[in-house]
Amino acid sequence: MPLGAYLALAALVFAIGLFGVLTRRNAVGILLGIELMLNAVNINLVAFGRFHADLAGVMFTLFTIAITVAEVAVGLAIVIVIFRVRRTVDADHLDLLRG
Amino acid sequence: MTAEMLAFAGVAVVLLASSLGVVLTPNLFHAVLYLAAALVATGVVFLLLDAPFLFAVQLLLYAGGVVTIVVFAIMLTERLVGASIKQASRYLINGALVSAAVFVGVVGFLVQMPPVGPRPPWPDDLTVMVGRALVGAFAIPFELLGVLLVIVLVGALYLARSES
Repeated sequence: MPLGAYLALAALVFAIGLFGVLTRRNAVGILLGIELMLNAVNINLVAFGRFHADLAGVMFTLFTIAITVAEVAVGLAIVIVIFRVRRTVDADHLDLLRG
Repeated sequence: MTAEMLAFAGVAVVLLASSLGVVLTPNLFHAVLYLAAALVATGVVFLLLDAPFLFAVQLLLYAGGVVTIVVFAIMLTERLVGASIKQASRYLINGALVSAAVFVGVVGFLVQMPPVGPRPPWPDDLTVMVGRALVGAFAIPFELLGVLLVIVLVGALYLARSES
């Protein structure tokens, strides 16, 4: 398959993830959308690295995956704390910092 | 070549269908299961790109780790609230418009892209090269990643600790 096919697939997954981030009310649902978008970026990195025989694509993807796992752990901890304090994970109701 | 195209088409269909499931299903628990399917499909895309090491990392960290944590968080919040969390969506039209605009923008760049030739072969086994790079050119980022993981572990424990 040509490089463009992989990039188009990644762009589609990214757009779907963006749709999820924009439309979900639940904070966990928003996190799931962010996961999809990060995955799309990983596909792009590996595809570019493979078609240029550059190891940096694979290495960057390794680091992205590890950092994403860290991000999910902290994000879910924050969601659990918010839930404990406010009894909701609805992003529309979390407007305490609104000016 | 035809076998690779068939494999790519199959994986693409599974990946896109499960991604749509993640953002569209009303049940949050089902969304996580669709996410697991999407993550495994992404791993198969890595396999198609001759990166079996990344396939293993993807399965272990993403499909194994992230999905477990998210399921844990959903179970915890649902148990605390005592009822299934409803998962309504809003701004569906606006969200679809913005996502479609982003997709069209990216594809606009893709069609202008100069054609890239066939894949050059890796000079060595990929896993060997990754191992060498982790203690060579990427040693400092690798160490910093260890620091980050410790910070995240302590931070998540601190955030989610019990009140007493």
